[in-house]
Amino acid sequence: MSNDEYRRQESELDDLYREIIIDHYRHPRHKGHLSAPSACHEGVNPLCGDEVTVEVALDGEALGEIAYSGSGCSISQSSASMMTEAVAGKSVAEARRLIADFTAMMRGDEGIDPDALGDLEALSGVRKFPVRIKCATLAWHTLAEALAEASAD
Amino acid sequence: MRQETRDRVLDVNAIRADFPILQREVYGKPLVYLDNAATSQTPRQVIDALVRYYESYNANIHRAVHALGEEATAAYEEAREKVARFIGAPSAESVIFTRNTTEAINLVAYAWGRANVGEGDEIILTQMEHHSNLIPWQLLAEEKGAAIRYIEVTPEGTLELGNLSALFSPRTKLLAMPHVSNSLGTINPVEEIIAEASRRGVTTLIDGAQAIPHMPVDVQAVGADFYAFSAHKMLGPTGVGVLYARRELLEEMAPFLSGGEMIRKVTFEGATWNDLPWKFEAGTPNIADAIAFGSAIDYLDALGMENVRRHEVEVTAYALERLRAIDDVTLYGPDDPEGRGGVVSFNFGDLHPHDVGTILDRQGVAIRAGHHCTQPLMRCLGVTGTARASFYVYNTQEEVDVLMDGLKAARDFFR
Repeated sequence: MSNDEYRRQESELDDLYREIIIDHYRHPRHKGHLSAPSACHEGVNPLCGDEVTVEVALDGEALGEIAYSGSGCSISQSSASMMTEAVAGKSVAEARRLIADFTAMMRGDEGIDPDALGDLEALSGVRKFPVRIKCATLAWHTLAEALAEASAD
Repeated sequence: MRQETRDRVLDVNAIRADFPILQREVYGKPLVYLDNAATSQTPRQVIDALVRYYESYNANIHRAVHALGEEATAAYEEAREKVARFIGAPSAESVIFTRNTTEAINLVAYAWGRANVGEGDEIILTQMEHHSNLIPWQLLAEEKGAAIRYIEVTPEGTLELGNLSALFSPRTKLLAMPHVSNSLGTINPVEEIIAEASRRGVTTLIDGAQAIPHMPVDVQAVGADFYAFSAHKMLGPTGVGVLYARRELLEEMAPFLSGGEMIRKVTFEGATWNDLPWKFEAGTPNIADAIAFGSAIDYLDALGMENVRRHEVEVTAYALERLRAIDDVTLYGPDDPEGRGGVVSFNFGDLHPHDVGTILDRQGVAIRAGHHCTQPLMRCLGVTGTARASFYVYNTQEEVDVLMDGLKAARDFFR
């Protein structure tokens, strides 16, 4: 293998496992349970067994508190951790918009504003590993379900 | 002397030259294919059999009066004879071609299960079932109001047989279990368990998907009423499975799938069924792949299944030895390589198996990461998944070394 090729692969792996992703995997934020959640939803990735449960407590129109629990690969768990940090305190409408933007980024849609995603942009490297995309989006789909349940009450 | 003992049972270099795919590279590295429990690779001889069929005698079977049809029919039935000989079946009539192991088990669950399992009856399975030998029975039990009892798995990954007799009751109708665990590699003492079941008049089914490809198996010595396996795990093409069954059972059973080929006489009022085994092969079967499967059996026969087994024990023993030498590797399944098939399931530190799998993939090493279609077993082990390397006739100890280098790379990456 040429040196260029070697470097390209190394850099793809580095893109997948960016420092911030490993940091969230090693030091998860908002991991645990809420004392009084408005809604709680369990998401499972049946192909690989990743599990993420998202709990939300609404404060009026705002996402007052959020927590996640679960087990799975570094991508699924760090994505959940990064998500909770990104949406905590936001309005439900803002959280929904972020879910839409994030899933659009993972689909590779054009026209996503990278600034709107902030640190979450680090997860874009997952796109080069198609089988892992579902790992990254699991927490986000689970949050969408939890918000739907919370809003329905 | 050391040189001589290496791979002495099989000429692995000659074998590797038969597999075109082993020449390819993955991400610029030589492919190290260690996912044989999922599917095996295909030798040139099997690919040639497929090409020969489509280039020279492609025709539908059993009905044509022309030369091509006769040749195709003869080749298809010859493949069935080869399968019967290979597994020690008393006759080709008890060998039914299906799509895969899963379909073979479903055939039994529908054609036998629906007629013989009723409300309050019991089915015995193990905690190490592949979903394919679990879900068909759960659906049957739910539909009929039957109960399922499970033979437990010990922390060593073997079956807890101390209280086996307590699992049977007068209502037990079926015992179904794997010959070799796809997740742990455990070789189960099927003869002993089946003898116990048969003494009690309980019908038995063995999921042999991980056994037939890797060791000599005589289905009559095993003694099961039904025995299922797949071609694609034993150097054959995808799309062909086998259900072996005792003839008396097949004769009693109603058809599973119905349509052409499986009938004898059809009127507007009804139909009578074809002879065995065709009664269970409705519609045009997978002719080409069944014939090519025959070539895969020829290939394994030429190697000798005892040699295949010895080779896998050697490679597996080496892999276990190397893995044990790494700190923080957790191994699952029996310690003794003689007690397991060529399957090594492990976890590595606090790394998730998917992350290990992705790093290894970039080194050209293909392993399996996840629950291996055995989610309940994973819960018993207290893990969400494992990394699994599984070996076959073309794998070498040098490839195990590449796997170990890959694990070191994974550790460095996540340090």
